[in-house]
Amino acid sequence: MAITVPEPSPPRPAPQPRRVEPGLEPSDRWFQAGSTAIGWSVLVITGAVGVFLGVQSVPTLRHYGLNFFTTVEWNPQFDRIGIAAVLLGTVEVAFVAMVVAFPLALGFALFISDYAPRWAKGWLVSAIDLMAAVPSIIYGLWGFYLLKPHAINLSRWLSQHFGWFPLFHVNTDPNAAVWQQSQYTSSAFIAGLAVSMMAIPLACAVMRAVFDQAPIGEREAALALGGTRWGVIRKVVLPFGKGGIIGGSMLALGRALGETAAVAIILSPAYLLSPRILQSGAQTTSALIAGNFGSATRSQLSALLTAGFVLFLITLAVNSTAAFVISRSRSGASTEI
Amino acid sequence: MTGGVSVLTRSTGPEVARDLIVGAAAGEPARLDAVEISAWFNGTQVLDDVSLSMPPATVTALIGPSGCGKSTFLRILNRMHESVPGAELAGEVRLNGVDVYTAGSRVTDTRKRIGMVFQKPNPFPAMSIAQNVTAGLELTGKRISKSDRAALIEDCLVRAGLWTEVKDRLDRPGSALSGGQQQRLCIARSLAVGPEVLLMDEPCSALDPTSTRRIEETISELKSEITIVIVTHNMQQAARVSEQTAFFLAEAGQPGAIVEAGTTDQIFNSPVDPRTADYVHGRFG
Amino acid sequence: MTTTTVHAPATGRPAPRAQTRRAPRRIRVLTFDDWMSLGGSLLSSLALVVVVYEHLVDGSGTLGFLVVWYLTFLAIYAGVVAMSNPRPIVVDRLVTTALWAISGVVVFALSTTLVYTLARGWQAFTHLNFFTRTMAGVSPTAPLTQGGILHAIVGTFIEVGIAVLISVPLGIGTAVYMAETAGRGPRFVRTVVEAMTALPEILAGLFVYALLIIHGFPKSGMAAAIAMAVTMTPIVARAGEVSLRVVPGGLREASYALGASRFRTVRKVVLPSAKAGLATATILGVARGVGETAVVLIASGASTFMAINPVKNPMNSLPLFIFTAVKTGEPLQIQRAFGAASVLLAIVLALFVAARVFSRDKAGNR
Repeated sequence: MAITVPEPSPPRPAPQPRRVEPGLEPSDRWFQAGSTAIGWSVLVITGAVGVFLGVQSVPTLRHYGLNFFTTVEWNPQFDRIGIAAVLLGTVEVAFVAMVVAFPLALGFALFISDYAPRWAKGWLVSAIDLMAAVPSIIYGLWGFYLLKPHAINLSRWLSQHFGWFPLFHVNTDPNAAVWQQSQYTSSAFIAGLAVSMMAIPLACAVMRAVFDQAPIGEREAALALGGTRWGVIRKVVLPFGKGGIIGGSMLALGRALGETAAVAIILSPAYLLSPRILQSGAQTTSALIAGNFGSATRSQLSALLTAGFVLFLITLAVNSTAAFVISRSRSGASTEI
Repeated sequence: MTGGVSVLTRSTGPEVARDLIVGAAAGEPARLDAVEISAWFNGTQVLDDVSLSMPPATVTALIGPSGCGKSTFLRILNRMHESVPGAELAGEVRLNGVDVYTAGSRVTDTRKRIGMVFQKPNPFPAMSIAQNVTAGLELTGKRISKSDRAALIEDCLVRAGLWTEVKDRLDRPGSALSGGQQQRLCIARSLAVGPEVLLMDEPCSALDPTSTRRIEETISELKSEITIVIVTHNMQQAARVSEQTAFFLAEAGQPGAIVEAGTTDQIFNSPVDPRTADYVHGRFG
Repeated sequence: MTTTTVHAPATGRPAPRAQTRRAPRRIRVLTFDDWMSLGGSLLSSLALVVVVYEHLVDGSGTLGFLVVWYLTFLAIYAGVVAMSNPRPIVVDRLVTTALWAISGVVVFALSTTLVYTLARGWQAFTHLNFFTRTMAGVSPTAPLTQGGILHAIVGTFIEVGIAVLISVPLGIGTAVYMAETAGRGPRFVRTVVEAMTALPEILAGLFVYALLIIHGFPKSGMAAAIAMAVTMTPIVARAGEVSLRVVPGGLREASYALGASRFRTVRKVVLPSAKAGLATATILGVARGVGETAVVLIASGASTFMAINPVKNPMNSLPLFIFTAVKTGEPLQIQRAFGAASVLLAIVLALFVAARVFSRDKAGNR
């Protein structure tokens, strides 16, 4: 049979994709509409908080201008109010909290993921998750009643030996035979310690979850090369978990910045721009709002709302950065925080 | 037992690097003897009374169907088995006559002398190619001068058959290579530590034929300096590269064991046990 | 080269191997020498510090002693280990001791919070009236046989209950929207919702205060519940979305392939599979709401009497009661505060256990 080569057919036009109608059932249309409505209304409500605070700050900002951010006192009667001292206090408390919490959280997270005996690991993970759920007022009680006496001694020791450093200086003689306890009791330092107790479980939970996901193939490669346990951590776990470490710490920082109850219990309000974290007297934004809203007139309320708006922006920035860092890292893709 | 690293003030090339990494244990490929090895996972026995001698400067292939304990046996040789929770073992593994499981011997020392290449290539992604090669040195705390380092990297990559392909991009990340290149990088990384034995757990099973061929060439070039034990599913590969072969089998519900071991020629051409004959002729597996 | 073979019997079937009775050997990672190094370093550093402490540092108590002891121990231990081990092992050992010490500190600190709260609250809640009476008409200085926190307990339950009724449907609905719909819209919603999970509670309280209460809405349990819902909804939505996302895509595809609509797939396939995760998400939100202090302070205010109607009257809650009690400074009231704190802890613990129980599916897996 002769084999015939078929005639080349006339050139066809290149194929184009066609429109496909989804052909949804009525129930699906309702479902689509309904869930979209819910989703967007939640967006609106939660977003409204930020927008509302922002709108309400306009009268205050118009009245005080940028002085609002530079004035140190909070004297509503004399119409001199500003959040400079309050912002510094917020930063100081959060700073102390993170300096204490970061190494402890990191160390504990490494311990749980790599050093804990098998039977203990489940318990420790549950314990950490539980501590993250404990309300902050309980840490406030702990800080105020249990920790304070010891922290006062520590503060005094620090001011005795490192008082030359502005951070640790206290306006009283630490070497006096009868030293003034009250100068050390209600300080940003002690508030920061109490807040660190809340920060540790949060940061630790995120870090631990990330460390547990370090790929076992790389771990084994490091072991097979003769590495010690620390070598594996150094070369595999920590580089892998970088995103979780940073992200978890920033989440904890966000919580520290917004903490109200514990700080309000421990601090005695004082409005000064001082780096002396060991000395009594400081104020944070949230404690300011909690303490003053009850007796606030309309204009004072607007000032408090402005302070709240600033706090909102700060925590929003911190937490968004944390989410971004976590999602971009190797470890973040499958982390649920 | 840990070889000292002789320090030279001026490097003169790859031969010098080889002296460095091989060290005072004199780069002699070592003899490895497995004596009556049994293994358990969470109480279930998976290996029963396996004994095998792996003479120096030879390639030993471990063949057999999946799940009969070849990889477990391999991991017992360099003390990786015990890193799995619930794993237990019995018997001895003698490196040049000395049991590596003796109480008091450091597991890191054993792994420095018995290296391993895994089935799935696992270069460290956060490190460059050059850093990957020397990763083992950093992990084991071996110091090496800058000039010797460069020579060492070149030497190991040459021996692993990767040098020509990556010599211009040693600073690129280790993960930016193809599968076959990654595996050769892992081989170079293991070589840098200067082991006397190299264990390879199905190193080519995830690779394309060209990479496989290149790695088999590497194995042939290496074997005069290093004792090699390779687990493989590919019988033709075992026939190509090894001098001696052991056939593992686990009967239904039983722990795995060696059915027959001998020279590669004998196992493939004139096996004694009918099960061996069935396996090498492809009647099961 | 050794050749090992099993001789086949004449029948051609190989004889089954007799199984060797061998016991696994113990692999000890740390030797006797290692334990002695550790113990010796601990003891010698202790002895050294005991002798020198008083003179070297103005001993200001146990904390200082422990710190100095630990540092001395590290120095001695490093030296001892270095005598017979190479550097990587020395570093590894030091890191190990440091991590054990850190973990000890963390576990100690966290457990003291729980133990201390229970210990100081003990006296208050051994009185039955603590749970059955309110503080209406009872002064803070009254003995523990009078007064109680019933109003705070009831307040917490009512406020959180209302908040749950608001936030769970909204939260899960949002979760469904984010997980089941594709496109830019859900992604934008997700970004905002994620950012809102970290909203400081005081801002939510302030929001409700300035939005509703200023315009006449009474300071009440209802207002507090609404503010709570504002903080709880993003948490429920976020955690809920994660649970919905881990439902395997293959299940959805199987449902579609059978001809089911989107709605029916979500209702009958996705939601039931994610039931455990959604329950956990709810409980996480509730745990958050239960512990909020500033919200109730601002939107409701602390009352001393029992209020059942949330719409008209201020309602107290456990955290707020604790806060105001502590502020009074009266010793007996402080004891009541600790008692309330213990009750609060018990509630959170119960929620937590419930979350763990719910997160197991029927087969007992997580």
